[in-house]
Amino acid sequence: MYLEKLTLTNFKNYEQVAVSFNPKINCILGLNGAGKTNLLDAIYYLTFTKSAINSIDSQNIRHSENMSALVGSFIGEEELMVSCGLRTKQKKIFKVNKVELDKMSDHIGAMPLVMISPDDTGIIKEGSDARRKFVDGTLCQINKAYLNNLMQYNHQLKQRNNLLKNWPHGKPPDKDLFAAYDDQLCKLSKMIYQVRLNFMESYKPFFLAHYEDISSHKESVDLIYQSGVSIENYEKLFKENLQKDMLLQRTTMGVHRDDFILRMDDFLMKKIGSQGQQKSMVIAMKLSQFDYLKSKTGKTPLLLMDDIFDKLDDLRIEKLIKLINGEEFGQVFITDARPDRSQMLLEKYSMTANSYLVDKGQVTAI
Amino acid sequence: MEYPSSLIEEAVNQISRLPGIGKKTALRLALHLLKQDELETTSLTAALAKLRKDTRYCSTCHVISHTTDCTCKTIKTDLSTICVVEDTPDVMAIQNTGQYHGMFHVLGGVISPIDGIGPDDVHIDTLVKRISASNGEIKEVILAISPTMEGDTTAFYITKKLKGLSVKISTIARGIPIGGELEYTDEVTLGRSIISRRDYHQD
Ligand SMILES: [Zn+2]
Repeated sequence: MYLEKLTLTNFKNYEQVAVSFNPKINCILGLNGAGKTNLLDAIYYLTFTKSAINSIDSQNIRHSENMSALVGSFIGEEELMVSCGLRTKQKKIFKVNKVELDKMSDHIGAMPLVMISPDDTGIIKEGSDARRKFVDGTLCQINKAYLNNLMQYNHQLKQRNNLLKNWPHGKPPDKDLFAAYDDQLCKLSKMIYQVRLNFMESYKPFFLAHYEDISSHKESVDLIYQSGVSIENYEKLFKENLQKDMLLQRTTMGVHRDDFILRMDDFLMKKIGSQGQQKSMVIAMKLSQFDYLKSKTGKTPLLLMDDIFDKLDDLRIEKLIKLINGEEFGQVFITDARPDRSQMLLEKYSMTANSYLVDKGQVTAI
Repeated sequence: MEYPSSLIEEAVNQISRLPGIGKKTALRLALHLLKQDELETTSLTAALAKLRKDTRYCSTCHVISHTTDCTCKTIKTDLSTICVVEDTPDVMAIQNTGQYHGMFHVLGGVISPIDGIGPDDVHIDTLVKRISASNGEIKEVILAISPTMEGDTTAFYITKKLKGLSVKISTIARGIPIGGELEYTDEVTLGRSIISRRDYHQD
């Protein structure tokens, strides 16, 4: 499936643009701040029903306007016309082939997508929530039941934490009330754990292969799923933690504490990895996300690569270009602030590509 | 919006505080009242004031009634079953099916700490007392609480509280929207789900 045409009205810095794309490679060129990333974000919007950058819908409307519209025509086995209307102070309206969606989550995963951006090293450098977000963002594209369980889990966790926070000081806990939350949370935890465990089994081989391919280093890397749910007597320990939870005013056990540990030569990646190694690792993670989604859905995901050449040396850029030019990949969008570099690469590998210049809110094919 | 007078504006502001009514509808209602006989408006305000002032809740089952004692004790009902619901409209919906002849118990809400509603804010303690005071006369408790996460938590909590009292606990088929969605539930479906109720399991 590929995006054939994109029309934006009052979206971010764009007043009115309509762009037709190449089914294979699209280079979006222009100065920093011209709005290249906003164009990619519009594509992200149409697949995830929200922005990758600003989750407050109304803030994605062009300054001093009160409505915005995004329309994309996707061509694949079937043709999909996806549109999103944003209005200040109103719920967004999302339509697929002119039929309004009841729940935004129904659309997630209809068109798998992988985005690689400069901020991605946060997956390695930040806390465990960044890694869970990455894994969950992958799983939610292919598993509706998982998305549903995760939403329920987060909701009940919020309820339990609220209870812990507002419990009157010195009053003994209502065991029956906590049991109601604990039972539901433990049940959901086990289901979420199982899906994450299965994910790791299929995902890890892709990841190890991509890292080896893209990195010129000799080090060995590893990815390990760490979860409190895996321990024996999990449910019993969860309940025994109540005193501790009351004291800390939050739930200290459960899948919201899971982590996916990245290791290099038996050390934590975030501690010893060089910048180059970290970048290679993040790209390997995203490329394996691509492989994983493709293997599970049978669809070739769209690939958005935002401003990543600056962060890589020539050798790795060329490896990446050769890879995405191959048959395994479908439609790709690349942004670059240096037109000369992209043009040179396109010519060198005689790639089927369209190039666009973004300037002053206009997008022109060049 | 600019209103022709501050009196209209005030009325619109008050009416639009009702659920499901926006400013436009509120303005239409206000202008409608002005066109009608003055008596119509005073009857309406009198009825609303009386509703607020004189409404009582039965101290036993918490159903809306005239006095703090409703017909739940005197009317010829099946005294061996008690149906637990969230609110008074649920009682009406279940009565309308004609398939249930037992007693009711209105919780007045479901447990939701993030909304500031704890077990003490819903009528669970009176339910437990009612059952234990019946000395075995109440044999079955039917939980007819909506299948939301908060509904599930509340049902779970109630069964924990009823442990030790020898009552059978059952629940009506899931997916039957009751409470707040009455207009979408037809009587036949609801009636059938009461007849085919099943034992409550804490799995
Ligand atoms: Zn009564």
